[in-house]
Amino acid sequence: MDAAGSLTLGIIDGLIALAIIALAFGATAMRDLFAGVVLFIAMGLFMALAWVRLDAPDLALAEAGIGAGLAGALLLAAVRRLAGPAHPEGIGDDEQP
Amino acid sequence: MSPLLTYGVAGAVLIAIGLYALIVRRHLLRKIVALNVIGNGVFLTLVAAAPRLGTPDPVPHAMVLTGIVVAVSATAFALALAVRVRDATGAAVLPPPGDDVAGGPGH
Amino acid sequence: MSNPEGTAPVLLRGLAALLAAALGAAIAWALVTLPPSSGLRDAVAAQIPASGVAHPVTAVLLNFRGYDTLLEVAVLLLALIATWSLRLARPPAGRNSPGLVLQDLVRLLVPLLIVLAGYLLWLGAHAPGGAFQAGALLAGAGVLLTLVEGRPLGPLAPAVLRGLAALGVAVFLAVALLVMGGGRLLEYPRGQAGLLILLIEAASTVSIGLALAYLFRGDEPAPPEHRR
Repeated sequence: MDAAGSLTLGIIDGLIALAIIALAFGATAMRDLFAGVVLFIAMGLFMALAWVRLDAPDLALAEAGIGAGLAGALLLAAVRRLAGPAHPEGIGDDEQP
Repeated sequence: MSPLLTYGVAGAVLIAIGLYALIVRRHLLRKIVALNVIGNGVFLTLVAAAPRLGTPDPVPHAMVLTGIVVAVSATAFALALAVRVRDATGAAVLPPPGDDVAGGPGH
Repeated sequence: MSNPEGTAPVLLRGLAALLAAALGAAIAWALVTLPPSSGLRDAVAAQIPASGVAHPVTAVLLNFRGYDTLLEVAVLLLALIATWSLRLARPPAGRNSPGLVLQDLVRLLVPLLIVLAGYLLWLGAHAPGGAFQAGALLAGAGVLLTLVEGRPLGPLAPAVLRGLAALGVAVFLAVALLVMGGGRLLEYPRGQAGLLILLIEAASTVSIGLALAYLFRGDEPAPPEHRR
């Protein structure tokens, strides 16, 4: 790889790493919970890119699917549940689907 | 800087960000996100230490893969607990130390 | 909001920031001063022909460190049981029924995801892939179905669903115990390692997909007496 190519890759690595750090900070510091979760999902996707750059394709697949996708879905469902009415005794039997 | 170093240091920064948020933020959901951020930082640091010469060492990759799945499992359960805490106490925050939980079941 | 009970004391924030910065700096320093080494890569590469698969990460996951993976699948099942025991309500539905676009998208995507999952499962033996990636795709399909229909996997009896969720751990444990002829857990016989690994991965894929989809849904399948 020539010097210009590796410099470009170095810049890309720096940008991805900066994006991950900035998104992580945003995810934990945002006032709005929903926005924080969205930033967390974006951070997961950037981490999938980082796994690709680190020669870890298995991790990239797993991070995109489980780390960003499924964890994100779980967090969004929790944000939704927390915004809704409380069920102090858990769901009653008559509310079963 | 080699990519390994860039991402490894980024991982260390993530651990720091996550730890700060875990201690300082009050809302349970934000604490859970902070825990996940710490986890992701640990994964980045672990894998960045893997390819030292040539092709990467597969053992840290396997460990981090296991770690991702366990982190999501723990997150799922933690979120369920957070929702139940909210149901029992009205707000998704931990009660201040020394206070009894008002209105919770069993109190 | 981050502080529903008032401002966190400045002292706490300062101490936390100091601790976090110190920890981050220590880890970064440890990483930078690591001596170069190829780690376990060569040891793994030397044993790949005997492991039954061609992809090093899969070999480590399912053969050399198979015990860790067994525990991991068990942890996922445990998280599912624990979440079910909390009796959450389902994610509350939106005001509108699922739109036409979502329904058509699900109709297209779910079969595609299932085929892709099977492909990734098979691919894990010689290329990046395997049970967890395939399980993640199945879980994605399950989440889509939950959004549209309220449940990931059709009108199956709850006992069948629980059985499927436990299948991964059950098969893994059964294989681990049954090959114990040499006295050690998970010591695959040389010729059959690849086949056994595929069997374990297939069962785990189904379980992982189902468990993750039901973790998204929150509540457990209704017991039969309430299904009318």
